[in-house]
Amino acid sequence: MANFFEDNKALSFQLDNPLMDEIIKLKERDFRDYGNIDYAPKDVEDAKDSYNKVLSLIGEISGDVLDVNAASVDEQGVRIEDNAIIYADGTKENHKVLTDAGVYGLSIPRKYAGLNFPYVPYVMAAELVARGDCGFANIWGLQDCAETIYEFGDEQQKSTYLPLVNAGYTFSMDLTEPDAGSDLQSVRLKATFDEKENCWRLNGVKRFITNGDADIKLVLARSEEGTTDGRGLSYFIHDRKDGGVTIRRTEKKLGIHGSPTGELVFTNAKAYLVGERKLGLIKYTMSLMNGARLGVAAQSVGLSEAAYREALQYAKEREQFGKPIVNFFQVKELLSIMRAKTDATRALLYETARAVDMYKIYEDIAKERKLETDERQKLKAYSRLADILTPLVKLFASEYANQNTYDCIQVYGGSGFMKDYPCERFYRDARILTIYEGTSQLQVVAAIRGVISGGYLAKIKELEATDVDAKFSSMRQTLVSLREDYEKCVEKINAFGSTSEAHEFNSRRLVEIAGYLIMAHLLIIDANRDEMFMASAQLFTKHAQEKINERRAFIENFDVEDLEAYRTLSD
Amino acid sequence: MSLKIVVLAKQVPDTRNVGKDAMTAEGTVNRQALAAIFNPEDLNALEMALAIKDRKKDTEITIVTMGPDRAAEIVRDAMFRGADGGVVVSDRKLAGSDTLATSYAISQAVKKLGKVDIVFGGRQAIDGDTAQVGPQTAEKLGIPQITYAEELVDITDKDITIKRRLERGVETIKTNLPVLVTVHSSAPKARYYNAKRLMAYKNAEIKMFNAADIEAEDERLGLTGSPTKVKKIDSVVLTHKDNVTLEPTDANIDNLVKELINTHIIG
Repeated sequence: MANFFEDNKALSFQLDNPLMDEIIKLKERDFRDYGNIDYAPKDVEDAKDSYNKVLSLIGEISGDVLDVNAASVDEQGVRIEDNAIIYADGTKENHKVLTDAGVYGLSIPRKYAGLNFPYVPYVMAAELVARGDCGFANIWGLQDCAETIYEFGDEQQKSTYLPLVNAGYTFSMDLTEPDAGSDLQSVRLKATFDEKENCWRLNGVKRFITNGDADIKLVLARSEEGTTDGRGLSYFIHDRKDGGVTIRRTEKKLGIHGSPTGELVFTNAKAYLVGERKLGLIKYTMSLMNGARLGVAAQSVGLSEAAYREALQYAKEREQFGKPIVNFFQVKELLSIMRAKTDATRALLYETARAVDMYKIYEDIAKERKLETDERQKLKAYSRLADILTPLVKLFASEYANQNTYDCIQVYGGSGFMKDYPCERFYRDARILTIYEGTSQLQVVAAIRGVISGGYLAKIKELEATDVDAKFSSMRQTLVSLREDYEKCVEKINAFGSTSEAHEFNSRRLVEIAGYLIMAHLLIIDANRDEMFMASAQLFTKHAQEKINERRAFIENFDVEDLEAYRTLSD
Repeated sequence: MSLKIVVLAKQVPDTRNVGKDAMTAEGTVNRQALAAIFNPEDLNALEMALAIKDRKKDTEITIVTMGPDRAAEIVRDAMFRGADGGVVVSDRKLAGSDTLATSYAISQAVKKLGKVDIVFGGRQAIDGDTAQVGPQTAEKLGIPQITYAEELVDITDKDITIKRRLERGVETIKTNLPVLVTVHSSAPKARYYNAKRLMAYKNAEIKMFNAADIEAEDERLGLTGSPTKVKKIDSVVLTHKDNVTLEPTDANIDNLVKELINTHIIG
């Protein structure tokens, strides 16, 4: 009888963010579906009430079904039978319950049988699902593929494939190949046009494909013969029932056992082009990847929440030296920093989701009518913001999920190392989060643009200027002075040139400083709205100060000659 | 042919989570202190009805409940899960009804709904635990009844086959429609809400029937129609007086069993 939405007031708090009213009005186009579709809202309050109710339903299923099944799913894993991947029994149940509850297709327009929710509640659902079962969050999250079909597919593809999401069809995005991991420009899987059948044919191998046996696959393939870079790649839809794909193996993995990872061989597999040729990687994959990165950030926050709650409960129950271990300050510190990191990344997650909502909705409106000047400006501003916040939240949330699950085991002590408690599973499941959908290192490569362009600095200054109660002035002061340090660090490193090795070497430090500042500010603004974030705001500001000071000291003392030692030791 | 199903449901205080203030000083249930929930076995009954609708899509499911106006909440709850609609039988004249008066009012309401093929209900409600309303309603409707249903085996336009959960086994029964079926907690539990239905029906107006609407005779309703009179309710706290530790010898066990029989604790 657990409800992961109702027991976590930080979630409904995010649904009440002041920007939500504008998002809802835009998303609902002034409530034009009301009266035509029976589940469409009539106004902002009605829409919010629906989000709360549907998220409560997902929270209940996450608590009562997904969480309960998670241990057996981890134990059972997946298997191949007759060229099909068979989910663990618990996974099958999870998927059926969520399908019957009609919650797949949360963000898809009602016209295509979706619920037409904005990104914020959609991301929240992913967080809830991940708290129940981190691995299952992948199967859930791959409905993101529908976003790509919606944005770039033609009307026939939209009306064919989008309603399948709500009906429980599964999806996969087939990008990685044996020689094309982080470097997707090297994709080789070949697409050739079949004049006779008026379709494309795919031939080649894809590796590490999450949910590889999905009903509908989005496949990145080389359509332009003779090309070797990203400009020769296009995007295709393959329907499982057309055949032509052999599942060669599923990987045995450290964690997320319930989420199948397959190696697929495409042999003359029938496929249809999505959007335009040659834009597969440079436009569509990048768009899909941004959505997926937000999904991994949500997955990470959900897992952090689970780890914190497990650790806290155990620390209260476990007695040593005549008292519960939660009463020892070293344990308190572990638990509190877990809480503060989770709150900080959640604040950043929904700040990012709101930015994504704003620009995506305006992009969608632009398909219906010409945008006004101020609308175009908003689209541009939020799009830029989403671009720099997405890699930041993916970086921090996934790294924190690893730290939090590590600390969860630490609170448990020896028991945490045993299979008897869920924390060792959390720890294993967390490990992939800093890797897939772009490693932490690649998030830094994406995020450094926000440092160089001044995007982060502008955001930090905007947050500094947000009105808050006088009681926050000391925290604000600390952050203002740290921001000045950030500017000095950026100035020093930029002086080496943005394409220099010295810049590349220090980029993570700069990105992280910006991240600490943004998250601390967001927590202060949240604490100004609700006292429940006060302790996290205080603690995270101190934490940010400590971490920024380390990085500042390193950069201050950095000499380009230092790089030589790194070359020597990695030679 | 489409089937018409009625599911009898009751909104009950959640007696599974009883706190200190669950009972009033007068010894009655303190309804304010306990959350009002969908009676658990009525949810099993609803699920069995929905399982029929899964097989025969044009089946129509109507909830019938009796209680104060807020009982409309459980009709909406059932609609979120797949029921088509429902009615609340609500009238001050119904206050204090025992199982006889309740089954009379319910049966009158069911009759108002026209031809019904199956009436489902939970075996019993957790506030009274009588298990009488279902069978009495069947009698008043003049239709056969199957109690303790655990599994829907088969359904056609003419008959239904049900597996019953009995104390020492299971029994499979087939009977013609119409029929009343009371469902046991061992039957499949209710499905979750469906998101679209939840949004569509969250503010649904629920039809209300008063005593006149169901053409009830007033003297058969409420306290006047209820031969059951509660004389007194005691709050009993069970405590043990003392402990006896016996060596596990044949003689000791023999004596213990004899003592338990003599004191009517067993046998």
